[in-house]
Formats: sequence, structure tokens, C-alpha cells
Amino acid sequence: MANLITVDDLKVHFVSKQGLLSQKIHTVKAVDSISFSIPKGKTVGLVGESGSGKSTTGKAIARLVPMTGGSIYYNENNISELSNKEFYPYRKKIQMVFQDPFGSLNPRMSIGSSISEPMTIHLKALNETERKDKVAYLLNKVGLSADMMARFPHEFSGGQRQRIGIARAIAAEPEFIICDEPVSALDVSVQAHIINLLKDLQSEFNLTYLFVAHDLAVIEHMSDTILVMTEGKIVEQGDAKEVCRNPQHPYTQKLLEAVPLI
Amino acid sequence: MINSKTEKVHLSTRASGEQTKLWDTLYRSINARIGFVVFFIIALLCFLGPLFVPHSYETTQLSLGASPPSSLHLFGTDVLGRDLLIRTLIGGQISIFVGFLATAVALIIGTLYGMIAGYVGKKTDALMMRFVDTLYALPFTIMVILLTVLFGRSLVLIFLAIGAVEWLTLARIVRGETRNIKTQAYVQAAQLYGLPHHQIISKHILRNLISPVIVFATLTIPSVILLESVISFLGLGVQAPLASWGSLINEGAQKFDVYPWLLIFPSIFFSLTILSLNFIGDAFRDAFDPNL
Repeated sequence: MANLITVDDLKVHFVSKQGLLSQKIHTVKAVDSISFSIPKGKTVGLVGESGSGKSTTGKAIARLVPMTGGSIYYNENNISELSNKEFYPYRKKIQMVFQDPFGSLNPRMSIGSSISEPMTIHLKALNETERKDKVAYLLNKVGLSADMMARFPHEFSGGQRQRIGIARAIAAEPEFIICDEPVSALDVSVQAHIINLLKDLQSEFNLTYLFVAHDLAVIEHMSDTILVMTEGKIVEQGDAKEVCRNPQHPYTQKLLEAVPLI
Repeated sequence: MINSKTEKVHLSTRASGEQTKLWDTLYRSINARIGFVVFFIIALLCFLGPLFVPHSYETTQLSLGASPPSSLHLFGTDVLGRDLLIRTLIGGQISIFVGFLATAVALIIGTLYGMIAGYVGKKTDALMMRFVDTLYALPFTIMVILLTVLFGRSLVLIFLAIGAVEWLTLARIVRGETRNIKTQAYVQAAQLYGLPHHQIISKHILRNLISPVIVFATLTIPSVILLESVISFLGLGVQAPLASWGSLINEGAQKFDVYPWLLIFPSIFFSLTILSLNFIGDAFRDAFDPNL
């Protein structure tokens, strides 16, 4: 199976200078030389505790955070060396679902215009009515009704907002979606719905996911392959079931032990 | 009182204050209603009233001199025999006009400046904000005196001087709010799908700045009117025979012991206007505050 995304030796370091005059430099290695690949149509789960660099990895692929070193390949094309202008076509192909359902939608824009905004950039062929039809179609796809498009984000619950965020992410017809802890802010009953929705959309539109989360149970259910990350490094990777049943690295074992049993 | 603007408001970008809720809150606030009504009446008097007053604000009647209120001159006359009623109304026009126009100027400059600093960030931001800090450090009165010495006295100068002071505060507020909005996920999403910067600014950032900017504007208008009267009171502002509330109060204060009506009538108008505008501003601030 061909790899859609290949990350090779990715490094993201944050440098902070302390003081105005002193040259003391403090470097945080958020992501420190990691390599992995994501086969087309599959889901790779990225798990780790807070501060392990998993979200930063996703943001670096989406160019929301500048990378310090390494390279990222999209279908064998090195996209990490492209200028912002050359990267532009990939902005259609790579989309993201965000963690915070309250911050991910502009409170002053109707959800319809939020969802259609990516289309105005990447699907320029569509006219206004076609865009509206597509918004209606997308809303139905994510389990909301089309007549909600004139409403504003504050009228929706967290789970509904996350569905709207997903509709926006698939609006430009992307191939690859980075799910940055899409269910961590939701309560458990809603989590399952959102995860199933993401899985349905994946098989319907042949999407490839990088699924970032700190919850191993969610990751196991969602992913084909799991990467375990701590302190900016990948400590274990392998088949999802294998990693969860038979963890090799002590950190993974600790993570598994930390899963609460009810 | 002039410095009250610095501790202005804790502004939030949370837009739970949607239009209907906003007007609801404003309508329910008794202070806001009183404020709107009083200000509306005063503005109406100042702008339409002069049509019905059979005197001119500049015709002097030296034989009459300063006369107390009478049926012919309801507010009395000043030392040169000019009708005080018409002068108060004309003065109101100038004061309200200066208040709104200087606020508009401050609003435009401050919003643009703060938004650019906050959005671009890094060194540009640091440089732009240090410039603001530098201007902040200049004492207002000295700046006005300097400007008058350089360019002479004129109404334009009052705008300039007041605008130059008022936009600084707004630039700081807007810059902070912009930085805050910029970290929100919806702005990141827009960057991700490649929305051009000017559209990110106009569609996402500007729209969410509206509430703090409106609150600032409603609270700035009275403080601008106050500043204008400070300038006029110092004798640097509006020149006779034209009048503003500030210059009228200045004249009146000097002759208060002999001709008290010269101070009393302009002061009543002036205080009522400031008070009503402050009521309106407070109500707007409360209406936009999601914690209330």
C-alpha cells in the first residue's frame, strides 16, 4: 500500500530567549527526530500524555507550526521545502479537526458560512447556490439537519459543534485529515458518536487520518497503527491491537495502566 | 476623570451577546434608557433649537450687557449682551460634533494600528507598541500647547490633539484582543485552508473586535467632550464669537460671583450630556459582558 504521508526525521524546536540583553537561549524540543508513514486510506493513532509533542507533530504537517528539521513527503513529493505559494494546493488536501469545539468556530459567523468558507477558496467553480447545496449535503452527512445552516455556534452543544467542525474539514474535499484530539473535550457518550462518524466518513470518502489523542481506548478503536510518543520521541509503534495487548516499552505499559477501569 | 478611560473594561471576545440579547439587555437597563432619552433630547435641542431662537450667537448688544434670565432672553445674556440660550445650543453643537468626530478618528486609527500590531506580531508588534508607549508618556496639555504654538488655534487642531491621545488606548485594547483572537482555533483553521490575510482580518478578527470597540467608543465620546472643554477652558480651543460648552463654562466661571447664570446654564447641559453618554457606555459594556 502506497504511503500518503511520510514523515522523515521531523524536528520541531521552540527557542525562547530569556532577558533583553543576555543571550541565554532555552530550547524546547517539542518534536525530536521522529519518522513514520501513513498508508493511504488508513488511520495512524498518535498517543501520548500532555506535552509529549503529539499535537505539535500534527500542526507541523499542516504548517501551523514551522518545522526545525527533517522532511515531510506527500505522495512521494517533498512538501516541507515548498514555499508558501507552492504549498497552496496542499492546503486543499490537508485539513484538520480541532480539539476545542468552542474555539473552533467563529462565534460571529453562521455555521453555514463557516462550512462554506474553505469552498470559496478551493472549490472556486461552485457558485453560491451550489455551495449552499453542498453545505446542506455536508450537514446531513455529519448528522445535522440542513435548516440549521443559518444558526450561530452558540446555539449548538459541544458534540454538535464538533460535527460542524468536521463538516468544515471535509468541505474542501481533502484527502488527509489531522484529527487533533477531536473527542477529548466531549463527554463519553458523545465521543462514540463522533468516532463512528469519523470512521464512516473515512470509508465513504477514502480519507486518511492522523488521529491524535491521549486516550488509548479511543486510539485503539480508531487506528490501524499506533505511535506512542513521549518527550518528543516515538518510543513504540506497531499494529493497534498488538500495541494495546502486548506493550513492549515501559512507557506504553504505564499509559495502559493509567486507563481507568469502570 | 479624564484618566477613567485607562481602567475601562474587561472585554471579552465571547460573542454570546448576539443582537437580540444585546438590545434586550440595553432595553431592560433603566440607566441606558434614561441615558438615550436625555442625550436624544439634548442633541435635538442643540441641532434644531437654534432655528426657533430669534437671536444670533454673535450679535452683541453692549447696551444690554450681562442681563439675568428674562422672557426675551431665557438664559440671560453674557457681558457683551449676546443671548446665552443660543450660545449654549451652538456650543453644544460644537462639543457634540467634536466628541463624535474625534472619537471616529481615534476609532479608525486605533483599530487599524492595534489590529496590524496584534496580527503581525513579533518585532513589528514590539516596535509599534513601543511607539504607542512613547506617545503615551507625553503629557496631553503640553502636547496641545505645543500644537497651538506651532499651528495656531483651530477646530481641526482640537480634533488632531484629541484624536492623537484617544487612539492610543484603543490601539492597546485592540492589539490585545487581536492577539487573543489570533490563537483561537477558527483563525488557525482559516490559516490552514489558506484564507488570505486580509480576509482573515476582515472576516474573523474584525468581526470579533466589534464589541470591545463599540464599548470603547461609547465611553470615549464623553471623555472627548470633556477634553475639548479642558482645551477650551485653557483658552486654547474654540475662539469667540463661536462657543463650545468648555469655553462658555470658562467665561462663566470667571464671573460666577456676579453673573451666576453664565456658568449655571452651560454647566447643566454639559453635565447632563456627559452623564447620559456615560450611562449609555456602561450599559453597552454590561450588555457585551458575558459574565453578567
